[in-house]
Amino acid sequence: MIDIKLGEYVEQAIDWLSVNAAGFFNGITVGIDGIVDSLEYILMLPHPFLMMVIIAIIAYLIMGKGKGYFSKAGLKAGGGMALFVIIGLFVLYGMGFWEETMQTFALVIASALLAIVIGIPVGIYASRSDSLDSVIRPILDFMQTMPPFVYLIPAILFFSVGNVPGVVATVVFSLPPAVRLTNLGIRGVQKDVVEASRSFGCTDRQLLYKVQIPLAMPTILAGVNQVIMLALSMVVIASMVGAGGLGQSVYKGILKADMALGFEAGLGIVVVAIILDRLSQAAGKSRK
Amino acid sequence: MENENKQVKIKVEDLNLVFGSRRDEALKLTEQGMSKAEVLDKTGCTVAVNNANYSIYEGEVFVVMGLSGSGKSTMLRCFNRLINPTSGHIYIDENDIMVLDEKSLREMRRNKMTMVFQNFGLLPHRTVSSNVAFGMEIMGRDENERLEKAYKTIKQVGLQGYEEMMTGELSGGMQQRVGLARALATDPEVLLMDEAFSALDPLIRTQMQEELLELQKKVQKTIVFITHDLDEALKLGDRIAIMKDGVIVQIGTPEDILMEPANDYVKAFVENVDRSTIVTAGSVMFRNPPHVDIERHGPNFTLRLMRETGKDVLPVLDKNDHFLGFVVDNDVAEAKKKNKRSVEDVVIKDVPMVADTTPVADILPFYLEYSLPVAVVDDEKNLIGLVSHSAVIAEMIGKEEEEVIQIKEGGTHE
Repeated sequence: MIDIKLGEYVEQAIDWLSVNAAGFFNGITVGIDGIVDSLEYILMLPHPFLMMVIIAIIAYLIMGKGKGYFSKAGLKAGGGMALFVIIGLFVLYGMGFWEETMQTFALVIASALLAIVIGIPVGIYASRSDSLDSVIRPILDFMQTMPPFVYLIPAILFFSVGNVPGVVATVVFSLPPAVRLTNLGIRGVQKDVVEASRSFGCTDRQLLYKVQIPLAMPTILAGVNQVIMLALSMVVIASMVGAGGLGQSVYKGILKADMALGFEAGLGIVVVAIILDRLSQAAGKSRK
Repeated sequence: MENENKQVKIKVEDLNLVFGSRRDEALKLTEQGMSKAEVLDKTGCTVAVNNANYSIYEGEVFVVMGLSGSGKSTMLRCFNRLINPTSGHIYIDENDIMVLDEKSLREMRRNKMTMVFQNFGLLPHRTVSSNVAFGMEIMGRDENERLEKAYKTIKQVGLQGYEEMMTGELSGGMQQRVGLARALATDPEVLLMDEAFSALDPLIRTQMQEELLELQKKVQKTIVFITHDLDEALKLGDRIAIMKDGVIVQIGTPEDILMEPANDYVKAFVENVDRSTIVTAGSVMFRNPPHVDIERHGPNFTLRLMRETGKDVLPVLDKNDHFLGFVVDNDVAEAKKKNKRSVEDVVIKDVPMVADTTPVADILPFYLEYSLPVAVVDDEKNLIGLVSHSAVIAEMIGKEEEEVIQIKEGGTHE
């Protein structure tokens, strides 16, 4: 009889890790908790109305960049988004989801930041070494295609319940585009530009910072946008291990079959998604 | 020889470059004299440069010409080691660049040798001035200093007023000026130009060639210029190396190349591109022109003949029909006024003579400082015909002679 007990081996490995590397995981827990909590704290610090205005102004500045903030074109580009931010967030506030919304922002931003901080350097290394690239590629495929629920199991074992396992599972799921698009962007920089820069005596570091990264930036930022969107798509799943925010409200709605709660919280996620997507896209475009 | 008083700037010695996995084997086969195709067949290796040996002198424009795939661009990249040769040496000022470590190699690229590329290779996210200052930025020069130098160099290449534009907003010709300025800004001793003008349209290209020559008079760099265009090579090169399948077939001045092609390959190249070297004086000359007989014809007859034929210049022959020179209408009229009986005193004697087999290309230089027709004579110095300016121009540009005359006259009337 053939009986491959791959799952059991993985389980044993995870168990072993959770016992023997407990200190390491505790460190990560403290770190991530710190990031999420402080983000949450900052977002909750101003009065909701003030916060709405602040986010609206940020949206206006990002969307209208390069068009002249007080010109007609700038107003057209930034004004609509600013208005959407105010109305959207006001409705969420009115429905009593302000705290959850800010928690979701904090979770998504923290996860995306971690994914970017890890993903972009890995992408840079992958772009410089074909062998590293060929090792990383299947790992990324695995990370992206494995159903994200599966990550929750080791996440709980390592990090118990709460925001941290949610963030960790989200980082794992949303990391690949940061690596892939950074790699792609740098490899896609025109060969003759790279060659010309070398011919002027660039060191590898100068080549990277002065030529490759600036030229790959639109692609890298497209990756950042993808990371944020994937992170947001994880908020409901992450709430199953105790992560807070709008995801948790949706999850409660599912458990209680509460249509009203589910709809309102779901709408909240849509608003957050639109805001984060448009802003991260605009940030990428205005670089060109 | 002719170059003995010139300083050697770059010396290429036994340079070989082979791509592929069985390089040593391929190298041995080429040493045995096998061709590129045979080596490729036997080893699967591509011989890009096959045993190149030559010197480039200080301050000259050295053109390497060959068709695509001849290995010329690859060879150029060995000079600054963007591509590392398989074997051989390149000396710059007697320093072997093959032994340089990474750091000294960077120093050399920064200070001694810069490159201009076919597709410009500019940084599209930066302004013109920032592109031109790039070399100095890499060296870590201070910002004010490099911008000042960049502005100066931009002015040199005629791009004043465009300093703060993005390079993508410029036309091809202008972008290549930026490329040139970037290469000149670090004051290198050697300029490598890889098909620098090949991507430009013909008019701009000609203009850039002229400007490069102008600029070269001022900056006096050692320029290694790669091209696939013989006309460009002839125009720019002090010396030209012709490359085929990785082998340098011939090195010489433009004249050497045109006059004495080393083999059939060069000959075919030269003939294909420049028809003035195949077309001979005999085929464009005006046969049996009206002439003045020095023994019998005086100023009166000459003037009359000029009126009749509508010529203001006539050839003069002696009694054996040997060509003596030309007379011009004003001089003859002068002689008539002085009541001279003969035109002998006003014959312009020191004029070029060519055989009917002389190619038009060799007649052209005469017209630089000489406005009379060129006489075509046989071995006995008997006049066979005359070659006029218009006939040669007509031949070169492929228009009818009448058209050329019309254009010329139209031009002078305006």
